[in-house]
Amino acid sequence: MIKRKAKKKVPEINASSMADISFLLLAFFLMTTTMDVDTGIARRLPPPVPPTEKPPDIKERNILNVMISKNDRILINNRLADVYMLKDQAKEFLSNPYNSPDLPEKRWDTIPALGGLFEVSKGVISLKNDRGTSYEMYITVQDELTKAVNELRDELSRRKFGVAFSSLKNDEDIEAIRKAIPISISEAEPEEYK
Amino acid sequence: MGNFIRGGKKEVPAISTASMPDIVFMLIFFFMITTTMRQSDPLVKASVPEASQVEKLERKSLVSYIFVGPPTNSKLGNEARIQLNDSFATVDDIPNFIFAERESRDEIDRKFLTTSIKADKSVRMGVIIDIKQQLREVGAFKLSYSARKEVEK
Repeated sequence: MIKRKAKKKVPEINASSMADISFLLLAFFLMTTTMDVDTGIARRLPPPVPPTEKPPDIKERNILNVMISKNDRILINNRLADVYMLKDQAKEFLSNPYNSPDLPEKRWDTIPALGGLFEVSKGVISLKNDRGTSYEMYITVQDELTKAVNELRDELSRRKFGVAFSSLKNDEDIEAIRKAIPISISEAEPEEYK
Repeated sequence: MGNFIRGGKKEVPAISTASMPDIVFMLIFFFMITTTMRQSDPLVKASVPEASQVEKLERKSLVSYIFVGPPTNSKLGNEARIQLNDSFATVDDIPNFIFAERESRDEIDRKFLTTSIKADKSVRMGVIIDIKQQLREVGAFKLSYSARKEVEK
């Protein structure tokens, strides 16, 4: 019952409007796309401490107390300070270039990529803030401390590999520098408020 | 020096536009792949602070966002509120939010899950401390304080 029509030509579909349609789609995706990259200061939170556990004893010389009051004032070792002083103080604290007895001790650690033994600082920056501290100030302080660590890493990287830390390509080298100058910022457990 | 020959009345052949759709399609695919649709409407105003030592957040699909800031609707007051997904939430909702976020990712990717706190400059640290405590409780240790790259002065 099916009739087969012989030699019937299929008319060609006009494809000239395809460009218009695809332009329309293109315009839609152009509008909705967001190219902004999210940036931020990366941190690792410590695991929760069981309430029975006592905090580890750290020698006084190994701690740099940074406290931000509720009025956004900064106290370094209980002395009023300015944000701009923070970076240099933190750098001096973490590097202890002249092995001063007031600044942190160092321990020997084997880091093969840096040529065997390397002195790693035992210093810990203890960061405390009030519940009333503004987030902006907190980020500024975190930023300054990160800057201190990054500058130290940069100096070490230039000394050992001749390039800035950010332009290191080898994962092993990056890991070595990270290990040699860790981000040792400890945030105080929030106190219970009644 | 003037050895240029001007060919009189030489007709310029029409440029074929047949390949234009192909080019446009290529562009479309590019934008389709790079585009990320905004998932939720902002209910809180979060203008993040500036910092100089910011790092890029890698792999956006593995980031869960916590927005903190004053509500955009000024009728709701000025106090900082937390927004998770599409609604206001309290600090106690964060563990469930993190569990839901983990559940929706592949098992291999779960340990790379990062939490990004997008908080307004004016927010007080009290809220942030509470959020951080909750995140520690549920083991979401990778954290990023969202900040814009500072413009050099």
